[in-house]
Amino acid sequence: MGIFLVGPIGYALYGSLTNAALSGYRAVAPEFVGFDNYTQLFTSSQFWESVWLTLVFVVGSALIGQNVLGMALALLVRNGPKRLGPVVSSLVVTAWVLPEIVAAFTLYAFFATDGTLNEMLGWVGLDGPTWLITVPLLTVVLANVWRGTAFSMMVYSAALAEVPPDLTEAAEIDGAGWWQRFIRITLPMVRRAIATNMMLTTLQTLGVFTLIWVMTGGGPGTQSSTLPILAFQQAFKFAQVGYGTAIATVTLLVGALFAVVYVKVLKPEVDS
Amino acid sequence: MQRTRPAALGAVALSLGIVLAGCGSGSSSGSGDTNTITVAYQRTAQFTQLDSVLKKAASEYEAANPGKKVKLTAIEAEQDQYFTKLALMNRSPSTAPDVIYEDSFQVRSDAAAGYLAPIDEQLAGWSDWSQFDDVAKQAGLGDDKKTYGVSMGTDTRALFYNKDIFAKAGLPTDWKPKTWDDVLSAARTIKQKAPGVTPINVYAGKAAGEATSMQGFEMLLYGTDSTLYDDSTQKWVTGSPGFKDSLSFYQTIFGEKLAPALDVALDATVGSRVATEMLPRGELAIALDGSWLPGQWIEGDNAWKGWEDTIGFAPMPTQNGQAPGSVSMSGGWLLSVGANAKDKNAAFDFIKVALNRDNSLKYDTENSQIAVRKDVASDEKYLSYNPSFEFFSSLVPTTHFRPATPDYSQISGNIQVAAESVATGSSTPDEAAKAYDEGLVGIVGQDKVQGG
Repeated sequence: MGIFLVGPIGYALYGSLTNAALSGYRAVAPEFVGFDNYTQLFTSSQFWESVWLTLVFVVGSALIGQNVLGMALALLVRNGPKRLGPVVSSLVVTAWVLPEIVAAFTLYAFFATDGTLNEMLGWVGLDGPTWLITVPLLTVVLANVWRGTAFSMMVYSAALAEVPPDLTEAAEIDGAGWWQRFIRITLPMVRRAIATNMMLTTLQTLGVFTLIWVMTGGGPGTQSSTLPILAFQQAFKFAQVGYGTAIATVTLLVGALFAVVYVKVLKPEVDS
Repeated sequence: MQRTRPAALGAVALSLGIVLAGCGSGSSSGSGDTNTITVAYQRTAQFTQLDSVLKKAASEYEAANPGKKVKLTAIEAEQDQYFTKLALMNRSPSTAPDVIYEDSFQVRSDAAAGYLAPIDEQLAGWSDWSQFDDVAKQAGLGDDKKTYGVSMGTDTRALFYNKDIFAKAGLPTDWKPKTWDDVLSAARTIKQKAPGVTPINVYAGKAAGEATSMQGFEMLLYGTDSTLYDDSTQKWVTGSPGFKDSLSFYQTIFGEKLAPALDVALDATVGSRVATEMLPRGELAIALDGSWLPGQWIEGDNAWKGWEDTIGFAPMPTQNGQAPGSVSMSGGWLLSVGANAKDKNAAFDFIKVALNRDNSLKYDTENSQIAVRKDVASDEKYLSYNPSFEFFSSLVPTTHFRPATPDYSQISGNIQVAAESVATGSSTPDEAAKAYDEGLVGIVGQDKVQGG
């Protein structure tokens, strides 16, 4: 296990300290360049733009989109009309079951200029914009929400089922309204599930590549180039494997940072 | 929770690591036996001509060499991804192909990387080699002046225009633009008089890869007084007025909506769409494109009856009509022997079959290549096959070649970034040129550049 985990990370770390290229002299004999790649990276405006896009993508699609929508759906399935639950959950899970590449093509077909969405807007007489060009980041955020919400919904469904009904009943007798019960009783009870889920969806979303690559290719320009896309472009489009690896390593550190923040802020281990 | 955390981190590490693991150079002993020759080449919906030539050559080679097998590995990808996949195959001896379909601008780079084997010895014993012209022989040279590939044909680039649309817009059907402004004013007229038609396509997207650099940007730049690379000083040029003017041309056609909408222009399949949809359907009036286009209209899946009555050709003019009046770029592809080929002589024997007179003739006609074998170029069958040959061959005297340095492919990537950023309106030509200059210095170093 250790080899599988540490091996690739160690190799990536080493690779990021060289000027390895995909072709040319530096493909056969890469030189050790120390922290040059990182210096170049941290002084590049494109990198910071990419960090910002990644943050927007992660916060928008994972933290807000998938978590809030997942919780709402879980509540709906649990408390809503009896027949609605299974229908909603099977629809949502369908998106989750699709392989990423299939989901990506589906969503590309949906948002494309002559795609499903604009076709449907046409029925009501509206002329839709070129979604993938005018609002690329929004489309990939929506796509990732569509694809990933099922996971959060399932985690929260399981967690909600564990909340003892007598607690909420007691609160109800004490006169607490629905919203108060949710905020004061349910949320604290499922806090651990929320922490775990936030961490998992964050890390998963940080690594999303196929979805964005198929839908926008990171463009137009660099308007939807998150860190994994930037790493791929630098390594394979511009043939700078070492530099691309440095970006991948930074992405890894960003993920670790998120994980530490969650553990500290939400203290999932302490249940009091 | 304690257990989840490293596992989740590991998942991210692995998903990122997969990309990187692909770059590791393996050391396994190799998969194919010495009697199998693997051939790596490109095939797309619009590019099937090479596939058919190689299949024919494979059966001929197997018939002549009992016991030998040819394994054709078609890489189904647009050009940019083809290079990436090929580079990754080449990095590990266990996946490296024996025979490689290689773009002329990648030869020096891949030879320097040790992916290709020199074939001078084998060429010395091949009587047909004397039939190849000097330009073709040059195309296969590496930095060390050894030969790393046999040229399959070359190409030129020019303006294609739809005579029906031109007639409708009241423009001359024997169009001969003298300057960039002539091209732009024709495009503007079409926008006014033929609504619904895209006036002009000049490749602008990163996703189109080398097409953007060569069919697009360099066709403009080499028609200015500036250049990309100074051959005499062997230095790259920064801050040249021609570079900015070329980007301004993009700004004009995209800003005035003379070019395709960005969702088409920036798509990886834009090349196929221009050739097989937009031009044949009369949706595009002017296309700056390559001489190979008519090949697919003559025969095959994308055959287009009567194309020669609809499509006209015009040389791409220089910026202000300065001498020599027109500009073209030339490239071309080669067949090379992989450095990891088990039996290099057998691999070369296959190339000999694939590029013999008959097969060269088949390929050069069907893919509308400009023949580089003298016996093919003078063959009546070649000359009468395609009415566009005469025009595209006439561009050879004013054509340019890309700077063939091992850095070119990286620099080309930066050209595409500059073109796309101007086309999308996210940079002005000045800003994009400045970003290019900075990227260029980063790649080649301060001592390898000079002001323009």
